[in-house]
Amino acid sequence: MPDAVLAGVGGQGTVLSTRVLAEAALLSGYDVKTSEVHGMAQRGGSVTSAVRWGEKVFSPLVPRGTADFMLAFEMLEGLREVGCLAPHGIAIVNPYRMDPLPVLRGDAVYPEDALERIMERAGKTVIVPARELALEAGSLRAMGSCLLGALSVFVDFPEEAWRKAIEEFCPTEYVDVNLKAFDLGKRLGASER
Amino acid sequence: MKRKVLLSGNEAVALGAYQAGVAVAAAYPGTPSTQILEEMSKFPEVYCEWSSNEKVALEVAIGAALGGKRSLAAMKHVGLNVAADSWMTLTYIGVNAGLVLAVADDPGMHSSQNEQDTRYYALMAKAPMLEPSDSQEALELVKEAFHISERFDLPVLLRLETRISHSRTVVEVEDGVREEVDLPYSKDAVKRVMVPAHARLRHPVLLSKLEELRRFGESFAYNRVEMGDPRVGIVTSGVCYQYVREAFPEASVLKLTMTHPLPERLLRDFCSRFRRVYVVEELEPFLENSLKAMGIDAVGKSRIPRMGELNPDIVAEALRELVELDGGKPPKLWPSAAAEDKATEDKAELPPRPPVMCPGCPHRGLFFALGRARATVSGDIGCYTLSVLPPLNGIDCQVCMGAGIGLALGLERAFSQSELNAERAGRVVGLLGDSTFIHAGIPALIDMVYNKTPVTVVILDNRTTAMTGFQDHPGTGRTIKGEETHALDLEALSLAVGVRRVRVVDPWRLEETEEVLREELAASEPSVVISRRGCSLRERPEKVVPFWVDPDDCDSCWRCMRLGCPALSRRDEKAWIDGDLCRGCSMCAQLCRKEAIEEVEHA
Ligand code: SF4
Ligand code: SF4
Repeated sequence: MPDAVLAGVGGQGTVLSTRVLAEAALLSGYDVKTSEVHGMAQRGGSVTSAVRWGEKVFSPLVPRGTADFMLAFEMLEGLREVGCLAPHGIAIVNPYRMDPLPVLRGDAVYPEDALERIMERAGKTVIVPARELALEAGSLRAMGSCLLGALSVFVDFPEEAWRKAIEEFCPTEYVDVNLKAFDLGKRLGASER
Repeated sequence: MKRKVLLSGNEAVALGAYQAGVAVAAAYPGTPSTQILEEMSKFPEVYCEWSSNEKVALEVAIGAALGGKRSLAAMKHVGLNVAADSWMTLTYIGVNAGLVLAVADDPGMHSSQNEQDTRYYALMAKAPMLEPSDSQEALELVKEAFHISERFDLPVLLRLETRISHSRTVVEVEDGVREEVDLPYSKDAVKRVMVPAHARLRHPVLLSKLEELRRFGESFAYNRVEMGDPRVGIVTSGVCYQYVREAFPEASVLKLTMTHPLPERLLRDFCSRFRRVYVVEELEPFLENSLKAMGIDAVGKSRIPRMGELNPDIVAEALRELVELDGGKPPKLWPSAAAEDKATEDKAELPPRPPVMCPGCPHRGLFFALGRARATVSGDIGCYTLSVLPPLNGIDCQVCMGAGIGLALGLERAFSQSELNAERAGRVVGLLGDSTFIHAGIPALIDMVYNKTPVTVVILDNRTTAMTGFQDHPGTGRTIKGEETHALDLEALSLAVGVRRVRVVDPWRLEETEEVLREELAASEPSVVISRRGCSLRERPEKVVPFWVDPDDCDSCWRCMRLGCPALSRRDEKAWIDGDLCRGCSMCAQLCRKEAIEEVEHA
């Protein structure tokens, strides 16, 4: 039963990506559960969500150390959650840095080696420069779709399921941008396979 | 035709309520319950409202049910504290058409000030309570709840939790289903007017209904036994059922869905089959204590945490040892303890990322000015609570929504009689948001004027209910359905209750805001300062002109950093603005003495 954990910063669009991934899994014929975070953490705090799919899913939360995939929207958040991954787990990481308030204020230090530490812990790491790819696709808001594109290479959902899911959940005016971002991410993922 | 869709628990509750024929639905937004009403409002046939607070929401639902139409009220756990007065007597008078109160708990406090366990409200009011364990059940149970409500003439409490409300699970949906319920209204004062003489008659009626409900629960199909390993018996309910199934797939499980009143025979029968029985529940030992009161010994909170959320790991770890002793199969999912410890350790040493107010948030300017005016501040619940963190350190104390003014009144009365804290007297601010002011602040404002307490009330008016995701409220001029309506005039209201000093400031203008606050703190009579600017996350202009820092001019004094704006950081010992995040509010530029910060276009 594959599980994916999405880790990022509130406001980066993890909730939307969670929905798209879950819908794609549903359209591929699986039982699916997600857990999401709403409310306070969405104001720039650490946010994680999870999508689990398979024949039959019980818990919406992923047991620690068992996830097959982690989508990190930001490096520090990726490092924070990397313990969710199974030893064979694949980390798909946006090498993007956002300093949390304690770092901005100089009270704490951003771990410069975040990416290396993720790579050390994960079975495999795919680096997806989502910010650049999203800008190329037309909007920063499409970062999540770049990561999903890279993920799509490693899961058995039909292409059609992904496209339909993106069309359904992305705001109409951003569907094309997100589809393009998905393709860019997918191309990158394929080269890493 | 049935289709399979993914619905959050909240969406499933809304759909179930719609299909059950709910005609009136009311709520005050609160995470994790907010989307229930947002989803309901998409059905044109259903009258929906954002009520001014949870008590009003429940009362609207009560009125509708008495009036013969099925109704739903939704709120978060602490919202029921506000509505509790109505809730506790509702069970005496009953409902007529069905009434469901959906309440979402927040174990782990993802977005709440406490972890109270709503199940005790069912116990206290003697109301039936149902707990779904996924969205499919949420949909079905709402409909069941209306039937139970009408059959027993009682409101039904539908208890949700964050991981039910905000988890999406697969639901089979049938289109075009909606029950039609229209019951006659007739006056019945003995039943519905709770003077003592009537209430004395109604209380025994309620007690006998509770007994009938208990019998009903014994054969209620959703209370079910799943027999597995005859050596391991677990009693559970709600989302914990899923964690139990995940951690101990072979165990025998009694899944309780009606958790008040409890089916005593079913419980006794199940428990008698095992040498040892486990109770897996989040928060308080509600089920466990009930079992113990029946004389059934159970392992529960001695192993399972009484606070925070559970998950499959916690359940597995807590019960593993005893389950193995019982001869049961140990949990299969288990990362090696060492790896787990390492991961937790690594995590603990990383810089935390607490939530922060957005770049350009109008609250930031107000708190900055307030800090300079040196006030004691009693606060409230909303995005502005985030100002509690450094560098703003904006709030001294806070308990719940609307409490800002009342606390301030008491602080002022204490300080003004104190020798130790005398210098704080006359410098107390009670602070609320626009929505929370309407929710519970108005009576306290009247109290301030009536009792002549010289406190300064600050209303942070950002024209929306921001923290819960931008809901309208009586001050925005729009209903939940997007219709135009009267917008409450905060200035006129303050004047009408007798406040003579009412000021309005734009919190993006730091100096002016500080000056007004200083003047109002100095005044020896009650005053109101309305800090007005739209939420910067919601009201984005077409084109934002971000600011940037000219490193040649920046002398690293870090004055700008005192705002705590997440777009501002230090790079190479100079201030640096992340142009992707900057909202162009200019507050940092106002603080810079070197004029090093300017709009990007002018660069
Ligand atoms: S959502 Fe609005 S009110 Fe809340 S922190 Fe952001 S700008 Fe401020
Ligand atoms: S102008 Fe300054 S304070 Fe305002 S959002 Fe931009 S960086 Fe933050």
